[in-house]
Amino acid sequence: MSGEIYRELRGSILSRTPVGLVSVTGVADAAGASTALAAKLLVRSQVATLGTLGDPELDRVVARDAVAMLERGVSGTRHYGPHGEARREDIEVFVESFVSPPKLIVFGAVDFTRALVEIARVLGFVVTVCDARAVFATPARFPSADEVVVDWPDRYLEQVGSSLGPRDAVCVLTHDTKFDVPAILGALSTGVGYIGAMGSRRTHAQRWERLLEAGADEGELRARLMSPIGLDVGARTPEETAVSICAEIIAVRSGRAQRAMAPLRDGTGPIH
Amino acid sequence: MKEILSAIDAWLADGKRVAIARVIGIEESGPREPGAAMAVNEDGEVAGSVSGGCVEGAVVTEALEVLASGVARRCTFGYSDDQAFAVGLTCGGTVHLLVEPLDW
Repeated sequence: MSGEIYRELRGSILSRTPVGLVSVTGVADAAGASTALAAKLLVRSQVATLGTLGDPELDRVVARDAVAMLERGVSGTRHYGPHGEARREDIEVFVESFVSPPKLIVFGAVDFTRALVEIARVLGFVVTVCDARAVFATPARFPSADEVVVDWPDRYLEQVGSSLGPRDAVCVLTHDTKFDVPAILGALSTGVGYIGAMGSRRTHAQRWERLLEAGADEGELRARLMSPIGLDVGARTPEETAVSICAEIIAVRSGRAQRAMAPLRDGTGPIH
Repeated sequence: MKEILSAIDAWLADGKRVAIARVIGIEESGPREPGAAMAVNEDGEVAGSVSGGCVEGAVVTEALEVLASGVARRCTFGYSDDQAFAVGLTCGGTVHLLVEPLDW
């Protein structure tokens, strides 16, 4: 029967609480008998652990390393001696970090937003829709959104901006200068990994001027702002546009947005 | 892991025994990252995946053996020049899995 570690892991994943799961994946024959294949240690912090790998010193050292990996959101394999000694290969463990899912904030409660919310949810984003106009920003119009907020973009970003990181995204779909300029400036002041803004080439050109007038740094705009938003897949409908935007978010996150986006058929580089 | 929790919940509620296979390492190319997980119940029903469909059939066999013995094992699937494994990734990579009973 499943036990306490699985229940704790399951609860943490569902409540989006960061947790690390350590499993022993290899034990050298000469390592001594205390550690078994698949032994488990669940790690929330250096002092909050559940289970054991079979040796208290090994548990302590692995928990310390697993906490560091959890903070960086990385998973991977590590090696130790039977009592946690460094530079030994006797025990192999796999540390899996379960971090909170990436966040997407969409400014502008427009028709395109509904489709973007749907696709982003499929990709695992926690999605917030924010618009200053209470009549548009309603949960009924965006049933799939995790949160619908009535607020000004810059004011909302002042509240939540410090929580945004490289895996997160901000999409500005208002194409109304009085909303998108403060939204983009607010997003640039955060560590968010992706910033995209919707609009025609003409809207984009006007917005660019307004952003510079408002004090934005042109180099930073070129480096970070994806505008007009999306990959050029010929999208027309809100749903197709949402796919184009989400594909661009993936490309930026994986560092491939600088390449000319072309079918894999026409390239030669590795796929994975 | 998240995507297989609801299937595992349903199986456990029915009193089924469950094995979990997880990718713990890949060499060269691999379609799923380390951590990708697949659950198999004692009836051979499957949730989740550990590759692009290349090795899942063989993983079900491993998982059922693990459930029968109650003992976790490490499995490797891949092709190499000098030894041909029975099952591999068509992309040419090697995938290492930990297959274990969900008894923890």
